[in-house]
Amino acid sequence: MKTFLLTVFVLVVLALHHDLWNWTNKSLVLGFIPVGLAYHIGYAFLASFTMAVLVRYAWPHDLERETMDLTAHHTDEDPRG
Amino acid sequence: MNPAIIVFIYLAIVLYIGIFAFRKGKESGEDFFLANRSLGPYVFLLSLFGTNMTAFAILGSSGLAYRQGIGVLGLMASSSAMVIPLTIFFIGTRLWALGKKHGHMTQVQFLRDRWEAGGIGTFISVLTAAMLVPYIIIGVMGGGQTLEAISTVNGRTWVSYEFGGALVAVVVMSYVFFGGMRGTAWVNTFQTVLFLCFGTLAFILLAQSIGGFGSIMQQLASNPRTASLLARDRMSAEEFFSYMFIPLSAIMFPHISIMCLTAERISHFRKTVIWYPLCIIAIWAPSVYLGVVGAALFPGLGPGESDDIIIRLLTANVGPLLSGILGAGIMACVMASDSQILALSTIFSEDLFAYYGGKERFSDRMQVWAGRLFIVLIALVSYWVALKLKDRAGIFELAIRFAFSGFAALSPIMLAALFWKRSTKWGALAAALWVTGCMGLNWYLQTISDPIAPRPPAPAVRPVVAQRDGTPALARSEPVNGPGATSSRATGAQQNAPAGGARPIKPVQIFPQYGDLFLRGPVNVTVYGFLPVFPMVIGSAVLMIVVSLLTPPPGQATIDKYFPPRRDAQQTGV
Repeated sequence: MKTFLLTVFVLVVLALHHDLWNWTNKSLVLGFIPVGLAYHIGYAFLASFTMAVLVRYAWPHDLERETMDLTAHHTDEDPRG
Repeated sequence: MNPAIIVFIYLAIVLYIGIFAFRKGKESGEDFFLANRSLGPYVFLLSLFGTNMTAFAILGSSGLAYRQGIGVLGLMASSSAMVIPLTIFFIGTRLWALGKKHGHMTQVQFLRDRWEAGGIGTFISVLTAAMLVPYIIIGVMGGGQTLEAISTVNGRTWVSYEFGGALVAVVVMSYVFFGGMRGTAWVNTFQTVLFLCFGTLAFILLAQSIGGFGSIMQQLASNPRTASLLARDRMSAEEFFSYMFIPLSAIMFPHISIMCLTAERISHFRKTVIWYPLCIIAIWAPSVYLGVVGAALFPGLGPGESDDIIIRLLTANVGPLLSGILGAGIMACVMASDSQILALSTIFSEDLFAYYGGKERFSDRMQVWAGRLFIVLIALVSYWVALKLKDRAGIFELAIRFAFSGFAALSPIMLAALFWKRSTKWGALAAALWVTGCMGLNWYLQTISDPIAPRPPAPAVRPVVAQRDGTPALARSEPVNGPGATSSRATGAQQNAPAGGARPIKPVQIFPQYGDLFLRGPVNVTVYGFLPVFPMVIGSAVLMIVVSLLTPPPGQATIDKYFPPRRDAQQTGV
């Protein structure tokens, strides 16, 4: 279920990149930022949030464990670390 | 003061960083090519980001925004802000873990081992190396051009193209030669900080100098001929959609994937993928915005001229000190070719020299020296080509544009290798041959359609130099009309509309008997209006799947090595 929800979330965020509703909108936000520009600046923040969600809920812990074991194993073998 | 002095100081600093890294290094292949897989989280983030930034991030993006408007940010930057971190998250972390576990130092080492594919690995290695070469040549050319432009004061040029190109080639060669990956990563970190500081500083000083941007934007919006710059009237929806596939190329670039192997811990990827989108937007948003501001202050720039719009804005509105810092910032972008030179050297040393027996015969230390000699060779050949083909840079720019599509279309190979047990080397070969064939076809179609390419109207007005007194030139200039440049020093530039038009230029059919299958716009060939990258990625993925299902998989031992049962049971990722 978690995998499904995260997949849908990522697909929705990817779809939100195509803001067709702003295509010809020339209005200004705060009097100096075109709305299409403001949207895509905001989109980058959404992308950052999405990655934070993936890091929190889809992080490959198995790889982390494997490589930590590997590092510990090497440290045991090599007294210099 | 000649602004070139600041650039020389900058070059001296990066040279020192490379030599300092040399003193910290050891004479082993893993240390020279991968910094001993020991980069900390901040150096890893900044160097990975810096490696992926080119002159296009500042110069090309603003030049393109000058012609196409604010849509450039969504077209190229915000799509990258989402897709590149995703690929680093799903592919980069796994490449890192497998590299750590099995000792891989290149993509091809992994692919060879994963599919028991020696010769096919060599083919992919040579293909990716060939797609990387034009970047290095363009880097040397850009260095020469930038130093020549910056050092020209009152009509007198102090540093020639030839000397500037040689200087850039020698400096990059030296710190890569001595410092290897550690030196390159440190220099890239320094360059990224410089990008970010320069962008912020330039934006603030310009805003102060011209009295804020609000009035300029209002004037652009109120003029029907320039209002389209504030939206995406000049872009086609198909082109905008196609661009979402281009950032898939990032992780397939050898220098990016090799850089992914340098992190000390997998946890360093956490900060990287979260901060990466914000770093991209911090560089691109001011550049795109200033490109649009430039369209108001310097209307009517012709082909090629608009790529210098930020330089024009700064030199007209701020002093020589900042111009020098700007020059250093541009040099930092241009010199992003350092990691590409190192990647080529790593490919040569690991995929060819070591694989075909050099390591066994000559020792690890000799392998490092072979890699170093290769770095010198690449630098010398690049400089020679940059001199001989000085006036034919367009060929390399075109090659770079195709390479973006090519690397993006190779991404299904990597995804299959990492996530699909049943994938086979024959599927990978079919996909790689498809990519090679598509790039050849694209080149052919581009060449034969040049004579029929629709031309944008010539500029109606010449540049009007903005005043240092801060008076925006828009009020006293003609409306922006028609440059629609078709040239750009940048990679992947798409310019399908004239600056004065409110709609994209209608492309023409290359073969009328096939209808809209192959269309030619002012710059690109498209397939039913989509950029070639879209069908290339889809075709590559389909071939990877179909051919894999029709051919025998690798041996069970190899599959178990990369998909151990224990790991399968614990998999939690999406």
